[in-house]
Amino acid sequence: MSKLRIADRTFDSRLFLGTGKFGDLKLMTNAIRMSQAEMVTMALKRVDLQCSEDEFLLALQVPGVNLLPNTSGARSAKEAILAAQLAREALETNWIKLEIHPDPRYLLPDPIETLYATEALAKIGFVVMPYIHADPVLCKRLEEVGTAVVMPLGAPIGSNMGLRTLDFLKIIIEQSQVPVVVDAGIGAPSDAAKAMEIGADAVLVNTAIAIAQHPVLMAEAFQQAVVSGRKGYESGLGVGHLEAESSSPLTNFLFE
Amino acid sequence: MKHFETTFMEYDWQEVGKNLINRTATDVQHALTKRKRSMKDFLSLISPAATPFLEQMAQLSKSLTQQRFGKTIQLYAPLYLSNECQNICTYCGFSMNNNIKRKTLSSTEILIEAMALKAMGIKHVLLVSGEANKTVGFDYIRNAIILLLPYFTHISIEVQPLSYKEYLDLHQIGVHSVLVYQETYHRNIYRQYHPKGKKSNFDYRLDTPDRIGKAGFHKIGLGVLLGLEDWRIDSFFNALHISYLQKTYWQTNYSISFPRLRPAEGVIEPKFVMEDRDLLQLICAYRIWNPDLELSVSTRENEKFRNHVITLGATTMSAASKTNPGGYAVDQESLEQFETNDERSIATFKEIIKGKGYDPVMKDWEATYSSPIKPQ
Repeated sequence: MSKLRIADRTFDSRLFLGTGKFGDLKLMTNAIRMSQAEMVTMALKRVDLQCSEDEFLLALQVPGVNLLPNTSGARSAKEAILAAQLAREALETNWIKLEIHPDPRYLLPDPIETLYATEALAKIGFVVMPYIHADPVLCKRLEEVGTAVVMPLGAPIGSNMGLRTLDFLKIIIEQSQVPVVVDAGIGAPSDAAKAMEIGADAVLVNTAIAIAQHPVLMAEAFQQAVVSGRKGYESGLGVGHLEAESSSPLTNFLFE
Repeated sequence: MKHFETTFMEYDWQEVGKNLINRTATDVQHALTKRKRSMKDFLSLISPAATPFLEQMAQLSKSLTQQRFGKTIQLYAPLYLSNECQNICTYCGFSMNNNIKRKTLSSTEILIEAMALKAMGIKHVLLVSGEANKTVGFDYIRNAIILLLPYFTHISIEVQPLSYKEYLDLHQIGVHSVLVYQETYHRNIYRQYHPKGKKSNFDYRLDTPDRIGKAGFHKIGLGVLLGLEDWRIDSFFNALHISYLQKTYWQTNYSISFPRLRPAEGVIEPKFVMEDRDLLQLICAYRIWNPDLELSVSTRENEKFRNHVITLGATTMSAASKTNPGGYAVDQESLEQFETNDERSIATFKEIIKGKGYDPVMKDWEATYSSPIKPQ
């Protein structure tokens, strides 16, 4: 299986984990370990940056795992940019998962503010990973302003509804020149496998693992599903064709 | 400019009461099986017809809450600034005609209380006061907030209704959320319970969440005082209010609190008794109707109820609360607003939450996000 490259880093694992909603921090740490994820996101608002003994932050200290702070809670580009700078200073990372959702009910991303913030943050040296709608045009616009990846949603955050945006994800994957990480909505290991089979570079999973009856076992299931899906893709399953392949009934006569 | 009053006027108290009584088991089953629930479904879920479905409601409420909020409970504590009040509210310990020793914290005392709360690990503080505009007016409250901002990441207020400009100012200096309870949506009964003071103006209070919404706060908390009137009818109007606000101020989060009337010195007994099973039905009904609502359960409730409600729909809980100004450190003997029913420490309550497989969350806000959105 090929390695994933984002900015100046390479990853063996193509599964990213979100760290909200876990009922038990020890269980969260074990789930991270079992998932073999090398990148986990954490909401900046959950961490007390003034406290060196912050329980949540300590639970995320797993060897080999990179912390990806996110701006969940920001309603505008301005707030997200301030939060990214705060994270860079406190956590010594220039990687940021950009989440700007002004609507607190469905937590849907604001495409306009996200584009502004991506451009501004990329200019000052951030590796920007924006959470967005599965909008192929927006993805190209984000590429133009220097995004490191695009993170289109499969379905609303936390909904576990799977790849409702499948057709648009396929277009994004076909067109993208930066890695595509399917984020949000992935509810079952089969959803993750499907995303990988169509050629996504990685997936991000949170709710499906965090609120499973056995989060550690579920983390393992996702790890395997992502590997299987990626191997399926790399072994030549290919992206689904938009046009039908006929068995050549019209041209066979030429060879008869 | 939109106001809730227009929606409110479309409904009649007596009619809502009749509709409640007429709900049937079929209506409840219908409400339980849908994916999106209407106001009518909420009415079915809080109706007497839903009481045999309480177990089913609790299970659904539990899974919806886990899906939306995870296995987490956010903890906060109230900080009472003053028990001075120029209102007569016949159910409240701080009522003007109640002959008690009054106490308003000085700036130094506010900081002493803050240190005590900080030592307990509190990062979300709710500032509470009576309504006494000369001593505990806007300037006093503003000063208290500025004093406390360096010590807490999340400041909520539950004080007298303020003007739009005042709210805008408080949002800009960093207040995250504002709580204001209508107490009851029954206009005449409201007048009886609030015979004197600024609070006697029903319409001004009814319009308050609109002013808060326009000022762009991140969260608005609503509630009714359960026990003043029929909790079912009042809760229907409360839900109607939430429904209107969610559509109008769509960038705001909403929370519901469940203040059940508790005994306090010199005050009346509740006219309508709400049992534990009724309160659970109401909590589950809110969750099933509106999965995104934050539901807050205070130390008014007893230990047993609080232990169980952790997994059944609550998202936010207070703990180790003192409801008297200075109660944490300055003046532990001053008069409290109501008797708390769960006096366990923060540490003990955190262990209870963990014992349920849930994570007690002390911090879930960052001041960076407190910049005001464009006011509407």
